[in-house]
Amino acid sequence: MSEAAIVRHRRRVIPGFGITLGTTLLWLSLIVLIPLAALFLRTTELSPERFVRIITSARVLHALGLSFGLSLVAAAVNLVFGLLVVWALVRYEFPGRRLFDAIVDIPFALPTAVAGIALTSLYAETGWLGRALAPLGIQVAFTPLGIFVALVFVGLPFVVRTVQPVLEDLEAEFEEAAATLGASRLTTIRRVVLPAILPALLTGFALAFARAVGEYGSVIFIAGNLPGVSEIAPLLIVIRLEEFRYADATAIAAVMLVASFLVLLAINLLQRWSEGRTGGGR
Amino acid sequence: MTDQPLILPRQVLPRYAGGIGPIRTASMTFRKATTRISDARADPAPMRWAIVGIAIAFLVLFIVVPLLNVFAQAFSKGIEAYFTALRNPDALAAIGLTLVAAAISVALNLVFGVIAAWALTKYEFAGKSLLITVIDLPFSVSPVIAGLVFVLLFGAQGYLGPFLQAYDIKIIFALPGIVLATVFVTFPFVARELIPLMREQGTQDEEAALSLGASGLRTFFRVTLPNVKWALLYGVLLCNARAMGEFGAVSVVSGHVRGETNTMPLHIEILYNEYQFMAAFAVASLLALLALVTLVAKVLLEGRAARD
Repeated sequence: MSEAAIVRHRRRVIPGFGITLGTTLLWLSLIVLIPLAALFLRTTELSPERFVRIITSARVLHALGLSFGLSLVAAAVNLVFGLLVVWALVRYEFPGRRLFDAIVDIPFALPTAVAGIALTSLYAETGWLGRALAPLGIQVAFTPLGIFVALVFVGLPFVVRTVQPVLEDLEAEFEEAAATLGASRLTTIRRVVLPAILPALLTGFALAFARAVGEYGSVIFIAGNLPGVSEIAPLLIVIRLEEFRYADATAIAAVMLVASFLVLLAINLLQRWSEGRTGGGR
Repeated sequence: MTDQPLILPRQVLPRYAGGIGPIRTASMTFRKATTRISDARADPAPMRWAIVGIAIAFLVLFIVVPLLNVFAQAFSKGIEAYFTALRNPDALAAIGLTLVAAAISVALNLVFGVIAAWALTKYEFAGKSLLITVIDLPFSVSPVIAGLVFVLLFGAQGYLGPFLQAYDIKIIFALPGIVLATVFVTFPFVARELIPLMREQGTQDEEAALSLGASGLRTFFRVTLPNVKWALLYGVLLCNARAMGEFGAVSVVSGHVRGETNTMPLHIEILYNEYQFMAAFAVASLLALLALVTLVAKVLLEGRAARD
């Protein structure tokens, strides 16, 4: 008997395999898989020409471009500042470190509608920050810049929480070895530390991006929602749905869903890459 | 100061809080309990100051100030006005509906999350990592799309629409639709909190209990459950916070009937669009408080789990 067979035999000693896996698959199908399949089924009912016409209309193209473009920029900003936040939280001791560590999770826990109105009133011309920015000629609320601010807010925890455990787990030996061999601190960080946390950084970036692309609640209040200027793709889906233009809503949703599947695939490949690099066990 | 060994708290609950992110395997979590920040890791002082300064400024600007703004706006017309806004019948109806919808959704996801975590950690089978990816899927789907798929299934124009109308069953624009959309959005939370911990704990405890003659269910309630109770509690709290705060998905399926199918986030939207800012922030402050309580609970539960 091979080792794998012994392991498998031993694992199945625990009862309930059939019922728990069956229940999981059934529930997953009912809540997630069948509803998502319905969306794709609806999309196939459209003729290819109609689908292309919907997707390539100026308003849809602009909304998709805005959602994907601003999400990329927001995720990139979170990548840089998220790394600095992680570095400060893991490597340094400073007053309030534990408090700031806990605060990072607020965008996860705060409902998006609450974040949306909070950011809007903050950056509106009468708000705390809007009042300060108005004399400089910077308008945040009701412009694409406002969308960007909201997307940075919702994506912030993803980079931090993905990179933090990896940086904490990084053994001191590598940096000590580099220092012993005469590398400067910056060289050590650039050549030793950054490559080690690169998969986690990219995963956090992808997660922040995926979340930002689909974000709705925190954006619609601050966006201004001007078609062709500050109208995001999820909002356009809602508008088409309210106009009973189901085909349009479905087609836009299908494009976004395929995009999020691709991001999910990329994240999984990143995971596998990082597991391969650190040698199986991780 | 830098040659003082620094004891970092050992992380027992998974770190990615929102449940989102790669599942950490046992070897990552069972690492050395202490990490020593050695001389080789000491960064130059200007770099330390700059990084801490930027990090704090970033967190304050993007998180602390917006959060404080919620409470500042809510109490901008005094405590009296705050409570008057909350006592509004529509606000009370929204709070009631939110509590009911969240209670049902969390209960469903609790049961199925535990079952899924059990199936995924106590057995070996082909396609397991694919299954974990699919369970995570709702995280990467836009909430608007989560609502849309149920409209396409159960709406008047949906696949099951004619059938539902024939039997006068209302799902969209009613409580069942709100619950379905909420369950979809919060689907992975409980399972996500449990899977890393249960995987790391292995199956030995259960095997011992079974070999001593305990039944499968008894083994679960007496052995497995006590081992994961803090992670489970946190998963439920997080699931609840997200269920009560869900906006996009619920907005698509609810129909926005004031006092009937408006949850708290939807009520906030209506008030805000009617320029009743103070009242909107009063309701919002309740949800912000819920978020803060959830985070405090997380910190406390991490401490409990570390001590166990």
